[in-house]
Parts: sequence; C-alpha cells; structure tokens
Amino acid sequence: MLKASHLTVRYGRRTVVDDLSFSLEEGQWLMLCGPNGAGKSSLVSALSRLVPCTGTVTLDGRDVRALKPGALAQRMGVLSQHNHVGYDYTVEEIVRLGRYAHRRGFLSSQDADGEKQVERALALTGMTELRHQSVLTLSGGERQRAFLAQVFAQDPQLLILDEPANHLDLIYQKHVFSLIAEWLKTPGRAVLSVVHDLSLARMYGTHALLLHEGRCAAQGALADVLTPDKLQSVYGMDVHGWMRSLLTQWE
Amino acid sequence: MKSERFSTLSYLFMTLSLIAVMLLCICVGSVSIPLGDTVTALWNSLWGLAVPEGISRAIILQVRLPRVLCTALCGASLSLCGAAMQGLLRNPLADGSTLGVASGASLGAVLALAFGISIPGFAHGGVMGMAMLFAFLSLMLILALAYALDRNLATSSIILIGVIFTMFVSSLINLIIAFAGNKVKSITFWTMGSLSGSTMGYAGLMALTLLVCGGVIVLHARELNAFAVGEDNARHIGVDVRRVKLIILISVSALIGVCVSIGGTIAFVGLVVPHMTRMLTGPNHRRLLPASLFFGAIFLMLADLVGRTILNPIELPIGVVTSLVGAVLFVIIFYRTRKGR
Repeated sequence: MLKASHLTVRYGRRTVVDDLSFSLEEGQWLMLCGPNGAGKSSLVSALSRLVPCTGTVTLDGRDVRALKPGALAQRMGVLSQHNHVGYDYTVEEIVRLGRYAHRRGFLSSQDADGEKQVERALALTGMTELRHQSVLTLSGGERQRAFLAQVFAQDPQLLILDEPANHLDLIYQKHVFSLIAEWLKTPGRAVLSVVHDLSLARMYGTHALLLHEGRCAAQGALADVLTPDKLQSVYGMDVHGWMRSLLTQWE
Repeated sequence: MKSERFSTLSYLFMTLSLIAVMLLCICVGSVSIPLGDTVTALWNSLWGLAVPEGISRAIILQVRLPRVLCTALCGASLSLCGAAMQGLLRNPLADGSTLGVASGASLGAVLALAFGISIPGFAHGGVMGMAMLFAFLSLMLILALAYALDRNLATSSIILIGVIFTMFVSSLINLIIAFAGNKVKSITFWTMGSLSGSTMGYAGLMALTLLVCGGVIVLHARELNAFAVGEDNARHIGVDVRRVKLIILISVSALIGVCVSIGGTIAFVGLVVPHMTRMLTGPNHRRLLPASLFFGAIFLMLADLVGRTILNPIELPIGVVTSLVGAVLFVIIFYRTRKGR
C-alpha cells in the first residue's frame, strides 16, 4: 500500500531523516518508535507532504507528489500531534471539514455519503453529545478525539497518526487505540503511527520501525524489532529492564 | 449556538437595515432632504421618470447617492477582505492591509498627488490609476519575496514581509511629504481617507470589482474555514493550500487596490467589522463572509455620516472617524471575547 524509498528530509544543512526505505501493507499497523529527535515527526511530515523531501513515496503504486491534494486526502488521513484551533468552531464543524475532499462540485455543500460518515465518526469517538460545543472549550483529550473524528469522517485507506495518545488520559488512550484497532479490521486499510509509549506499541502494533538519528535501526515484525538489545542500542539504556521495573510497582 | 441563531431571516433584516441606513445617509447632511423626496427621486430616476420640481435632484442623485454607494461598497469590500485575511492567516489582527498592498497603493496615490500626475478629462484619474498600478506592483513584489523565502508561501513569511513592506513604504511616503511643499495638505487629507469625490463611475468600478473578487472570496468560504482551523489541517483534508492562498491574496489585493485608489486609507473597518460579525454568526465563513459585507457597508456609511455632520460645515476625514470608533470597539470586543472564554 505505502512504500517509501530512500526518503531523506533536511532542515538547512541538518539531515533529520536519512535515506530511509520501508513499506506498509494492508492490515498492518506500523509503529514508528525511537527517542526524541530520531526523526519520527519529520518522517510523518514528509509522508503527508508538509515538508519537502527527496526519495519517493508511493501509495498504491502512485507517487504521492503526483496526486492532487484532494485525491491524496481521500486515501490518506493524518492526525497531527498538536491541534491548535484559531477560532471557536464547533466540534461538528471540525468533523465536517473532514469531508472536504469528497465534495462533488465547487458549489455543493455535502457529498452523498457525507452525512452518514460524519455521524458515524462522531459516534465512534464519543463526540456526539459535544457536537455543538466550541473546540476552544474542550480539554486536550476531547480536542484530540474531535480531530480523530475528522480523520474518520475523511474515510481514508491509510491513517497516519503522530502521537495519537498525546493529551489523552488512560481511559481515552485505551478507547482511542481500541477504536483504531477496530477501524483497521476493515479490509484495505493500514495505520502508521508515532508512539513514545512502547507498551502501547507492543500491544497494538503488528510491525515496527525503529529510528535512531534519522536512520533505520531496525524494521519488520514487531517482535523482531522491539527486542531488548535493539532498544538498548537506540535508547542508550536498558529499556526492557526499565519497563519491567515499572511493572513490578503494581505487583 | 450563535451560528444556529443566524438564519435567512437575519439576511432579510440586514438587507432592510442596509437600505434604511442608505436612505438616512442620503437624507442627512449639510442640507437636509425629506425622506419622501429622496425616495421619489430615487424611484423615478430608477425607472427613467422625470423627477418632480422642487426636489433637490442634483444633491440626491449627483452628490449624495454616488458617495453613499461608494462608501457602502468600500465598507463591504474592506470588511470582506478583513474577514478573509483573518481566516486565511488564522490571525485575528490581520486585515486587507496586512499584506502591504494598501500601503503600495497609497504610495502610488501620494506620488500622483505630489508630482501632479493626471489623466486628461478624468478627475482623480491620475491618483486612481497610480494607486491601482502600485497596488498590483506591490502584490507582485510581496509574493515574489514570499516565494523566494519559502516556496510554500508560509503564513508567517507573508505577515513578516507585509509588515516590513508597509514600514518601508511609510518611510517613502514620509520622504515624499517632506519634499511635497504646497501639496502637503492635499496628500495628508488623502492619506486620512475621504470619499467626497465619489462618482457613479467609481461606484460602478467598485461594484464590478466586488462582484468578481468578492464573489471569488465568498466561493472559497469552505477553504477559509480549513485555513482558520489550521494550515496543516487544511493540507491534510485535501485543500490545495498554495493555489487557494494565491487566489485569496490576489482577490483581496485587487479589492484593496480599488478601495484605496477611491477612498484613500480607511483604517480599522477590515479589522473591527469581521470581529463584530463573528460574535453574531460564529466563525464559519459561509455565514461570516456574506454578513461581513452587510455590516461593513453599514458601518462605513454611518462613519461617513458622522464625519460629514458632527462638525458641520467642517468635514472630518472618514479614516479619522473609523480609527477613533474602530479602536474603541476593538478594545471592547477583545475584552468581551477574552472574558467569555
């Protein structure tokens, strides 16, 4: 479905993603892991065309740079890490914007499937009751769910999520990750997400890409990538031991 | 729910208010004209009928009507541009002049006034022509600079270049004024904004520009909503960010160029009116843009009326009235909005 070849992102003279190649197939949930500054968010920005990059990115065999913005948005939905809204739009208005790429004509207000998708997205994320509330009055977690509903309403095949658990308390972390796992069960879909919480990555991911200083330290099936020795070399600490010691606090 | 309260009935109310304010502005002035006379003169001339004796036909049709129409169209244009720029740049302090095009147009007009550039047989033609030419040249220069700095035309680059360009042009204008000799008074009066030289020709030009450029802006309401939520979000949902930004900036520049060339620098309308409107309509540009047109027209007509009548027979420049009223209103709106959060 998604294939990146020799992807490189530079900010001035600094290379933040260096000659990275990977692929993502239907039904897979690829977890992008690595310490701060490893290039995870820059990679997501490059995939979603927010920052310029060299190399190629194809979606179903088509170069994403050749796709029109609307055509790309119909296939790829992106949830950013930060969602600062300028004005007091309601939750429903934010979610409806997700249907922008699906509208038929320049003047038409809604697409055929739009209403259904918006209602479904609101219900799925538990935002139906807050639909008329201003996003400026929402908590960080509620705002994150409003934008997740927008991405669901967009109805893409590929979801790209930059730290989806950001701002979420434990209940909503569980809720949101379960929702995405449920969303992924429909054939023809795939998810790529940046995660800092390696436990969440292990619980929900099928594959992983471990980044270190912009380069690929390991990639493949989750169990083969998030191993104690590979994590140790990337994070510079005994991650496995640390996770276990955290767990013992509950025993 | 602000947005739900704002319905079709509101548009009807705004249309009636607009007509009422128009009639008021035609009737009131240094010479008062009865409402019946005004309505009769307008109605008869609309259908090509003779205006009865005893009605001040010349004052109504040749002086007040063109001025009121130009003022209404100028107010509507400035307000629409302000609403569009505040959405596009996601900045509540933006308005049509943020880009720097208004300053460019002012420079053209000041040059025309200082060097006596004119078009034979066309009053104010030199000032108007130079203002429009410089508005266009400024837009080209600003976009070229923004593009050279950042190929994505990032919002921060546009605001930064607009601010710097405005400051640079202001110094040039001051330099010209310093050497303008006996033309200082006319230049200073022009820079304060005035619609006293309005003609039906100007009103026609403004109406045409507003129809085309304003139409383009209103048709991009959905895209402006996406920008107002966030530029990255707009990109994610499929908005062709660079194309839409160019279209809006060019439309706003054309409208501002025409307004400045006819009415001079009229501050605060584009900043304050969209904020007032947003309090009633909510931030959705599909309601905000049309409503801003109405409120902008009404606001500027009333400001012009105050300027014409408050110190009669002395006429205050319209820009002075809008700045005085606008600054106070802006502080009130800002205070109320912050308090409401």
